[in-house]
Amino acid sequence: MIRRHLPVLITLAVFIVGYLICLAQFPSFASTRVIGNLLTDNAFLGIVAVGMTFVILSGGIDLSVGSVIAFTGVFLAVTIEKYGLNPYLAFVLILGIAALFGSGMGFLIHTFQIPAFIVTLAGMFLARGLCFVLTTDSIPINAPAYGQITDIAFRLPGGGRLTFIAMVMLITFAIGIVLAHFTRFGANVYALGGNRTSAELMGVPVRKTTIRIYMLSSFLAALAGIVFSFYTSAGYSLAATGVELDTIAAVVIGGTLLTGGYGTIIGTLVGVLIQGLIQTYITFEGTLSSWWTKIAIGALLFAFIVLQRGLSAASLRTRSA
Amino acid sequence: MPAATEQPQLLEIRGLTKGFPGVQALDHVDFTLHAGEIHGLLGENGAGKSTLIKVLTGVFKRDAGTIRLDGQDINARDPADALSLGIGTVYQEVNLLPNLSVAENLFIGRQPHRFGLVRTGEMRRLSEELLTGYGLDIDVANPLSTYSVAVQQIVAIARAVDLSAKVLVLDEPTASLDAHEVETLFKILRDLKSRGIGIVFVTHFLDQVYAVCDRITVLRNGRLVGSRPISQLPRIELVSMMLGRELAAEALHRNQRKAVTGEPLVAFKDYGKRRLLEPFDLAVRAGEVVGLAGLLGSGRTETAKLVFGIERADSGQAFVDGKPVRIATPRDAARLRFGFTPEDRKTEGIVAELSVRENIILALQAQRGWLRLLPRRRQEEIADRFIKLLDIRTPDAEKPIGLLSGGNQQKALLARWLATEPRFLILDEPTRGIDVGAHAEIIRLIERLCEEGLALLVISSELEEIASYSDRVVVLRDRRHVRELSGSEVSADTIMTTIAGH
Repeated sequence: MIRRHLPVLITLAVFIVGYLICLAQFPSFASTRVIGNLLTDNAFLGIVAVGMTFVILSGGIDLSVGSVIAFTGVFLAVTIEKYGLNPYLAFVLILGIAALFGSGMGFLIHTFQIPAFIVTLAGMFLARGLCFVLTTDSIPINAPAYGQITDIAFRLPGGGRLTFIAMVMLITFAIGIVLAHFTRFGANVYALGGNRTSAELMGVPVRKTTIRIYMLSSFLAALAGIVFSFYTSAGYSLAATGVELDTIAAVVIGGTLLTGGYGTIIGTLVGVLIQGLIQTYITFEGTLSSWWTKIAIGALLFAFIVLQRGLSAASLRTRSA
Repeated sequence: MPAATEQPQLLEIRGLTKGFPGVQALDHVDFTLHAGEIHGLLGENGAGKSTLIKVLTGVFKRDAGTIRLDGQDINARDPADALSLGIGTVYQEVNLLPNLSVAENLFIGRQPHRFGLVRTGEMRRLSEELLTGYGLDIDVANPLSTYSVAVQQIVAIARAVDLSAKVLVLDEPTASLDAHEVETLFKILRDLKSRGIGIVFVTHFLDQVYAVCDRITVLRNGRLVGSRPISQLPRIELVSMMLGRELAAEALHRNQRKAVTGEPLVAFKDYGKRRLLEPFDLAVRAGEVVGLAGLLGSGRTETAKLVFGIERADSGQAFVDGKPVRIATPRDAARLRFGFTPEDRKTEGIVAELSVRENIILALQAQRGWLRLLPRRRQEEIADRFIKLLDIRTPDAEKPIGLLSGGNQQKALLARWLATEPRFLILDEPTRGIDVGAHAEIIRLIERLCEEGLALLVISSELEEIASYSDRVVVLRDRRHVRELSGSEVSADTIMTTIAGH
């Protein structure tokens, strides 16, 4: 039982140790303000990471999410500001477009048996290119609805705020957990990651599941894009470059095996928070360049991949014993 | 067992025909399975057993013929479709999902649910109930991969039967099980039989056929040779049906065992690796065959891997010609002129896409280093010599080795090492998964090599076989070399009792 959850437990331990180190140096880390900001600043990353976890669990990868986030921002800015579309209608539209886009990628991956890497790489260029078709400028979004939504927040004791977008992230994680662990769809995702051929022989609907996985990923990327536009109040074609890689890092640090089949959604949440923690620490430190975030995440990612190799080798040994 | 034949016909295959480019894999084959019958399907490699099963379960499309289940014509599109029609298949390599829990493996796609959510507790309870019927009391919440192949196979059977299978096809289910596990499996098969399920049992082990089957159908070269109740089929006749020639008695002839004397060619003292194998002593002289016997997982293959440097020993010393040597990698071993044909041909031995010639010269070329390419003519000479010498049946040396039968692949692997002119050769299960005829040939080959002065270490699960060609037999149990048998002690009976620990 403990062995099964070892990767998640290690991730959790890394987070707790990291948090305690931060706390020792900067006592204000205990304040709800810092915690609230940690959640708010990483909301969009967390949302897209939920989708990415499903993709990686199934043995795939989705490189298009960063571009989808940028496209979402640009789409919202252009439709709301230039064409005066109702923001809520724009949200529904972009979520629908993204879902279609994702199911298209899933369809191609399944039907032509093309590696997900290639299909989503094409999707990444496509979505990024479409941003520039809509606009090359950074367009600020000033719609009143934006102000109203960003004002929604729970006041936490101690002056912190649990913002609307942080709540969206937490709800996304809750739904993701239920979806992964308590539905047939979730079991099918794990089955695909375990062994695609066996899954097919056992009657798992491979085609339907693959399409839904990429649909979910793109849908959540668009949701992350909406959240990101609240956060920045703008749409910009060059936004969120490399977010797909941050997301993959968060998922892997969260204990999900890149080869698929093993991992949890809750682990991904902790993975996202670890990244956020490093970033916050560097902000507090003040003297370090923000690129140190990347270096720390790189080192951590490396350590986790080595750890995963070690764990799977160890479990192989115990089985043959 | 006359009772079985009185049962109604469950599965009726008539005139089944299937061809591949260049091969007629099945040629008007008939096959009848009754309810409540265990029906052995036997034949040499290439006889058409796998093709028959694959056509039956919808992996291949048939060219001609009819398949009737319960009197209805059926035509399975794929294995999932076959399963829904009532034909479940359990393969040697269990086709389940190792990362999911046992319960999920049993119920995937039909999990009990409420409001779109899977009722995990209910699913576990049902799984436990189901497995108790098979005498299996395990924690169904654990991932399948935490259990042995035997348990996984029982889970696969339970799943297939629970999905309303009327026909259960078992494709070499016992190949990787030990004797006790096989007995458990047979108990389950007999139980399923009494519940009226028809079972098709494909295997290479004749003992098991006689232990459990009611009726036997033999195929040869894609044609039906015959189908008979087991009570009317003496063993010797079965073998001759399979081989199409009367060599059964000769297959396991026994040589006069000689006591080889002289200094050992290779010797290992206190050689071992922690958590892999207890330290052991082993010596092999030139012209001697030493057998390694034991159950699966007893440390036979581990011994071979240590000796060949695939695993690095952490204790003891190796000697060649009485001089201490270091064997830390397979390269070291090859330099000392050791050879090794691994157990798992498909993943560790042959390179399926390369030609027979390329496979044969692989080790020799590696030994020379890749910068000193063997001239093409020399390669062809070597390949042709061994194809003739070992009687490797292939139209020519350029055919991809993956298209050859198991026995011929095995001979090509042997040729690969013989080409390097080894002094010490390790054979891990040289007769696993190959047909009876090729068995006899491999055994004769082993004896010939030994007469030519090679030192041989041979691992085999077939006790009769190992007793027939070994000068000495080392018996392993629980990752330890427990006893060395020599002279008149070497017999299948003594090996068996030593393995059992009496």
